[in-house]
Amino acid sequence: MKPIVDIEPKESDSVFAKALKEGLVAGALALGLFCLIVGFRTEQNIRNELILTQRWGLLAIFVAVAAVARFLITYTAPWREERKKTRRVVEAKEPSAFRKSFPKIGLGLLFIYPFLVILILAAYNGSMMGGLQGSLKYVDNFGIQILIYVMLAWGLNIVVGLAGLLDLGYVAFYAVGAYSYALLSAHFGFSFWLLLPMAGIFAATWGVILGFPVLRLRGDYLAIVTLAFGEIIRLILINWTVVTKGTFGISGIAKATLFGIPFVPGPNGFAALLGLPNSGVYYKIFLYYLILLLALLTAWVTIRLRRMPIGRAWEALREDEIACRSLGINTTTTKLTAFATGAMFGGFAGSFFAARQGFVSPESFVFLESAIILAMVVLGGMGSLVGIAIAAAVMIGGTELLRELEFLKLVFGNDFTPELYRMLLFGLAMIVVMVWKPRGFAGSREPSAFLHKRKMVSGEFTKEGHG
Amino acid sequence: MTQPQALLSIENVETYYGNIRALSGVTVHANPGEIVTLIGANGAGKSTLMMTIFGMPRARTGRIIFDGKDITKMPTHEIARLRIAQSPEGRRIFPRMTVQENLQMGASLDNLQFFDEDARMVFDLFPRLKERINQRGGTLSGGEQQMLAIGRALMARPRLLLLDEPSLGLAPLIIKHIFEAIRELNKNTGLTVFLVEQNAFGALKLADRGYVMVNGIVKMSGSSADLLANPEVRAAYLEGGRH
Repeated sequence: MKPIVDIEPKESDSVFAKALKEGLVAGALALGLFCLIVGFRTEQNIRNELILTQRWGLLAIFVAVAAVARFLITYTAPWREERKKTRRVVEAKEPSAFRKSFPKIGLGLLFIYPFLVILILAAYNGSMMGGLQGSLKYVDNFGIQILIYVMLAWGLNIVVGLAGLLDLGYVAFYAVGAYSYALLSAHFGFSFWLLLPMAGIFAATWGVILGFPVLRLRGDYLAIVTLAFGEIIRLILINWTVVTKGTFGISGIAKATLFGIPFVPGPNGFAALLGLPNSGVYYKIFLYYLILLLALLTAWVTIRLRRMPIGRAWEALREDEIACRSLGINTTTTKLTAFATGAMFGGFAGSFFAARQGFVSPESFVFLESAIILAMVVLGGMGSLVGIAIAAAVMIGGTELLRELEFLKLVFGNDFTPELYRMLLFGLAMIVVMVWKPRGFAGSREPSAFLHKRKMVSGEFTKEGHG
Repeated sequence: MTQPQALLSIENVETYYGNIRALSGVTVHANPGEIVTLIGANGAGKSTLMMTIFGMPRARTGRIIFDGKDITKMPTHEIARLRIAQSPEGRRIFPRMTVQENLQMGASLDNLQFFDEDARMVFDLFPRLKERINQRGGTLSGGEQQMLAIGRALMARPRLLLLDEPSLGLAPLIIKHIFEAIRELNKNTGLTVFLVEQNAFGALKLADRGYVMVNGIVKMSGSSADLLANPEVRAAYLEGGRH
């Protein structure tokens, strides 16, 4: 009798052959799919005639990418399988020291980031001034921009990640915060520091206003209503032209000051008072630290609240509403506080955004923003602050990086604008993360044992526990 | 009909799901320190009655009195604050929270004031929970989840404990353990227990009195011994189904 092993094809050459075959099939499929979509393009010329242009080069790139990717995936499959086996053993160990102290290292880096950038650029350019000017882009476009989204995502995390209320209109609170700062500072001349908490309170009020009608809703239904709410706020901003100036937006919004010291060139400005050379960088660095502190405030409040009854009630609400109610938890106030707290941080971020930008218009508060913030929360792993921060950094930093990737133009031609493919890449990134880690970067939830209880409990109860 | 000394008395309650009447004219009571059981087949309305006590859904007619207080129209969380606790149908533990956090949720009425003390009591009753203290609720076995659901209810220091089918889907040995725990609890602390069960034999063995529910109507009531001896009850619920 023939042994069974002989029926199986030989390992070594078969993997290559199989990979080659699958790669060719994938290439053919890609050719069929993209032939008409990518290969041909119709354009109108000046005489309104449609002109058919052929883009075989681009099509070839698409097909090649598909074929090569498929080939590599199949070809490396046995090797990856092998690695998975060995890795499973490793993963059972304690998280590494780096992973444990990652939040601390990250925080430290965030605090020295602007100076690090200046020093590196100063060394690179050979002059301090060059370092200052060059750092503008990195502090502003990367630092501040990312931190705004980190803060927004952490704020939304309270609503979605902790309380489990799917909110698709979070950007509305961001808009409320931004417009309340813009309008109140323009009309009444209030300072940033007075309006920052006020913007938070206004946004929280709107959170409660939105919360009331949707108290009975959950899941998809809640998502639709919050989506509508976000759009309503935006449409009001567009159409209530008397107050908001509609699509023109509000410009010339007052800057924030540091203990009353304005960031202006001139004898009373920040630079002059400290005897520094004039530069716009100081304001950006100041804003960087401001948003860093605001974001950390959001994180701190989230961490504190999770250990308090209300935070535990939020999490229990996410798990099971009926059980919550029969344990004596008032789900109405629990939901409303979640909405209000989340909205408040959105409002803070909004007023910061207005102060940084100096200009607000309804265009900044479209649904896409809500979707991006929600995507950060989901990708980061609902409820995990570090995961969400990483997701925000990757998504916003990634977008900014795309603008920098000039070399792509050499590959794809001169009229290639990488930002246009942003959404495509977001989608890809999401699929990859969801396949690879269905619960987000940091999917597992940290238990929030009581601090002063933990001492008493840990000695006696937890000796046999395994998390 | 109303017992003046009854801890819980349900009088003539009718509950509807939309237009469908789930309970019609149900009158049931539980005296302090008693174990009362409500037995009946699937869909008889047992769980509906249990949830009606909590106002989910609300009784359309009739009254529910707890300790002399009309709770028929009270919000659910306020009913719970009167120290009525339940281990609901399907257990409804918080799956992503650990055993300890689940128990903390049960103790939130007193803001964890008596947590250590009460947790010790629960762990004495169900030592398995102590072994699993840091494990997520969703990763527990069915029996452990049931223990957690009962434990969580006990953390609220209840005066009345409602148990909805604690034996559902569990191995006979674990059912026995849970029923013994309920008996012990009742004997030691005088806790009033209202037990909804399909496992009629076990429930009647445990309880002082029982009610038999059929199609949303209480068909029979009496002492457990009487019901166990009743030929109708035997034919419908006990014969061939002895656990």
